[in-house]
Order: sequence, then C-alpha cells, then structure tokens
Amino acid sequence: MTLFTWIDLVYLLAVIGFILALKGLGSPKFARQGNLLGAAAAALAIAMTFAIPSVRHAGGRLLLMVVAMVLGAAIAVPAARKVKMTAMPQMVAIFNGVGGAAAALVSLDAFLILTRYDASAGKPAVYRIVEVILGVLIGCVSLSGSAIAFIKLQELITGRPITYPGQQVINAIVGLAIVGLALAAILTANVVLLVAVAVLALVLGVIFVLPIGGADVPVLISLLNSFTGLAVAASGFSLGNNLLIVAGTLVGASGILLTRMMSKAMGRSLANVLFSAFGSVVTATGGADGSADARPVKVGTPEDVGVLMAYARKVVIIPGYGLAVAQAQHTARELADLLMERGVEVFYAIHPVAGRMPGHMNVLLAEANVPYDELKEMDEANPEMPTADVALVVGANDTVNPAANNTPGSPIYGMPIVHADQAKAIVFLKRSMRPGFAGIDNELLYDPKTTMLFGDAKDTLTKLVAAVKSA
Amino acid sequence: MSVGIIELLTIFVLAAFVGIEVVSKVPSILHTPLMSGSNAIHGIVLVGTMTIMGEAHGTVQVTLGFFAVLLATLNVVGGFVVTDRMLEMFKAKPAPRPSPPADPAGAAPAAPDGDGTPGAAS
Repeated sequence: MTLFTWIDLVYLLAVIGFILALKGLGSPKFARQGNLLGAAAAALAIAMTFAIPSVRHAGGRLLLMVVAMVLGAAIAVPAARKVKMTAMPQMVAIFNGVGGAAAALVSLDAFLILTRYDASAGKPAVYRIVEVILGVLIGCVSLSGSAIAFIKLQELITGRPITYPGQQVINAIVGLAIVGLALAAILTANVVLLVAVAVLALVLGVIFVLPIGGADVPVLISLLNSFTGLAVAASGFSLGNNLLIVAGTLVGASGILLTRMMSKAMGRSLANVLFSAFGSVVTATGGADGSADARPVKVGTPEDVGVLMAYARKVVIIPGYGLAVAQAQHTARELADLLMERGVEVFYAIHPVAGRMPGHMNVLLAEANVPYDELKEMDEANPEMPTADVALVVGANDTVNPAANNTPGSPIYGMPIVHADQAKAIVFLKRSMRPGFAGIDNELLYDPKTTMLFGDAKDTLTKLVAAVKSA
Repeated sequence: MSVGIIELLTIFVLAAFVGIEVVSKVPSILHTPLMSGSNAIHGIVLVGTMTIMGEAHGTVQVTLGFFAVLLATLNVVGGFVVTDRMLEMFKAKPAPRPSPPADPAGAAPAAPDGDGTPGAAS
C-alpha cells in the first residue's frame, strides 16, 4: 500500500472516532468518554498529517506550522481551563468563530494555489471555484456572527434585539451583492472578487446576528457551529480531503438538528428565533401600562422569608443566571440542605435554558455537588408547582415570566416557563428591578403573592440560611 | 488527491445522514456539551490548514496558512478542553447523604441504585 492509502485509512479511523464521539456526547453516561474519543481521533489524524510528503518536507513552513500549533495550544488550553463556568457560552462562540476563520482561510489559500497551478491551463473548473466560495462565504459569516454573539453574551452591547430602519433593505442589498460578486468570481476566477465576497460575508454575519435577542443567542451559536462545520466540509472539497468533508458535514448536519432541538426546548421555531425581530420594533414592556418603575412591589426581609420557608412543606428553588454570576450555587445548596433537615421537601426546578445555554444550569449546580435527584426538569417540576408553598426564584427572571404565556406581543411569547406564579408564595432574589436578559418586564414581580429580596444572591442566601437556622 | 467530485458529493450526502442520525435523541442537559464537542470536531480543519501550508508558496499564501493553522489549533484544542471541563461536572455521583427524615420510603430504593451504577463513576 502506498503512504497515501495508509493516511486515508488513518483518516477513516478518525472519522469513525468522530461519529462515535458524537454518539457518546448525546448520552449522559458516555458523554465524557465520547469527547475524549473525539480528541484522540483528532490527535491521531493530525499526527498522521505530518507524514504527508509535502508537509514533511515543507522545511521552513513546517517550522512555522509547528510554531503556530504550539502557540495556538498555549493560548487555548489555559483559556479553556480558566474560563468561568458562567462564561462557557462565550468561550464556545470564540472557538467556533476561529474555526470558521480557519476554514475560510484554507479555502482562500486553496484558491490561490489552484490559480497558480492552473495559470497555464486556463481557468479552473467552475465547481472548484464554487467550493472555494462556499468555504469562504460560510466561514466568514460564522466568524463575524460568532464575534457579535460573543459581544452580546459578554454584555459589551445590549442583549436586546438591535433593529434599525431599513434593516430588511440593507440585508437584501448585502445578500444580492454577495450573490452577484460570487457569480462574477465564478466566471472570472478573480481573487479580488473573492476577497470582496469575504468582506461582504463578514458584514452579513454581523447584520444577521444583531437583531437576535440575547436569550436566543445560544440557539444562534449552535447554528453558527453548524455553519462552521459546513465551511470545513467545503474546504474539504477544495482539498479533496475526505476527513474534512465527513467531519465538517457531521457537525453541519447534527448542528442543524441540535439547533432545532434547542429552539424547540424554548417553545420556538427556528425561523421565529432568527427573524422575529425583523420588521417589528419590539416594545420592552410586558404589561399595558407604560412605566414600570412607578408601580409598587412588596419588599421583604430575609428574616420573614426565612420563617416562611422553615415552616413550609414544599419549597421549590428556581435558579437562573443571577445565581451563577453571584457564585451562589454552594450557598443555595446549604439552604436546601438546612430546609431538608427540618423536613421540608425541597427541589430545584430547572428551566431548559436557565443560565445562558440549554443545560447550562445543570452544569453549574453539578459543580456545587447538588444531587441529581433534587434537580427536576421543567416538565417534571411544573405539575408540582401548585402544591409548592414557596417558589424561591434566585437570579432568574425571563424563565418564570408569565408574559410568555399570556402576552402575545412579547418577544418571549410561546416560550415554556417554570410556573412560579402557581406557587402559594413567590420570593424573588434579585439585584434590582432591572429586566432579564431578554430585556422585558416581568409582571410576576408586581404580583401580590410576590416578595422581593434585593441584593446579591449570595449575600441574601447567606442571610436566609441564618434566618432559617434561628427560626 | 484525484478523487472525483461525485465521490466527494456521495461522501458528503452520506455523512449528512449519519450526522442527523447520531444526535437524534439527546436530553436537553447535554445540548450544551454536545454543541461544544461538535464545535471541537470541526476543529479538525487543522488537518486541512496543515496540507495547505505544505503547498503554500510566497509570503501571502504562507501568511494566510500560518494564521489558518493557529486559528484551527485554537478551535480543536480549546474545543475539546472546554467540553471536557463541562462534562467533568457530570462524572462522579455526589457522595451519599443522609436522606431527609420526611421521606423514609425513598431511602430504601436509593441504596441499591447507588451500588448498581459503579461503572459510571470512576
């Protein structure tokens, strides 16, 4: 067998590894092994790539390659290790964006190499240019889209949908310009036109993501992840590399399905997530009466609430992103344990998108060693809500907002919520009256059954622990 | 590398069906790790950046190749490490705790369950 046959065989092994990795990642029992298997498959394929003669004998370029890899690993490992669990979604967005950029660069470079070789033989075949354009286009959209998603999640800009007059017109012009330039590039094989497509694709990524609301950004990242997979597949076509085609397509196809599952978990259609902000300027109020600040809310003391919970039969803790930001998981668990010692039934009701991404809250609570059997998914928790004496909402807002059920104009209308409103008493631990990530007001805060405890979630929980102890 | 476009397209289509098939049933708690893990998998574009670097000539191509390798490494290495960190949280079952006194019935089935799944925890 020739060397290339061996290389292709090793790539095939890597492909099997990736398929099994994805399969494993979908099951709670084998998820970690699945990920490790994927990493091993990638390492194997990368090691084998060094055996390709043009790589092995690349001299100075081989050195540069190794430098780039060492540098990349030296940046990525500490970044991935140190990132806070709460900032995980942003991290995924960054890694996805750079992957898209890499795919776009590969396609661009492949084009330069292709036109160099074919300079004597005339214009390269049309499908070769199409492959390049797809790689560059999708990769660039993924790059700039991920960058904006990062900026939104990091709250460097508002999480609300950003809309401006003429948005649809501008989108249409950019889209048509890309199609026109791409066709011209295909006909002429001109690299300047290709670069112009790349630049417009970057613009498209930005204007595509800006109108998407903060709460929907995780779904968006999943979609962009899928895009990067497709860009990688396109660059695999340009290189005639089966491994890239299969790995990229696996991610592209599974990513689209995953994106649909995520939007379904939020009770939305994908089209609704992506385009709901278009053409309608979203109003920020949940209720009919305009100014929210003027309305009275009931502010309680930790002592009152401590007594309320200590003598309750059933307490449901509804955690949200605020709990994670305050690093209050451990204190929440302490409070839950204390209540359970007193014979109070306690469980956590987890909204599928609590935190910033589906499943994010489970990860955060697992970090605090909260036992699995105390975590209840929303569908399991909701039937129990009417019998709950206290719903303790810690740093959550949008996921308990009744507007999702009863205000058709609301941006979150249709999203399933945890029915905190059905509990006999509701306690909100919040820093302020500020609306949640979706940027909309919550009627439940003004409910007569609701008591507000303002302040940092961790401080307030610590006070509650003390109050329950002395109750 | 003289594989025809039709062969490549065939591989593409089959891979798309496999991709849809493997993630057809995923519990919502694993959505985020799955996304992150598949994000790492497309980092295998690193292999493509390496072969491109092997064929690059001139400053422009080599510079583009260098950054492509760098960015792809970030993707593949960072992707797998960050996913592993997420999944680390799921690995060990928390230490057994005294069950609440109000729920004596729940204590009995809990014990064999803890013994029955030693394979999951290491």
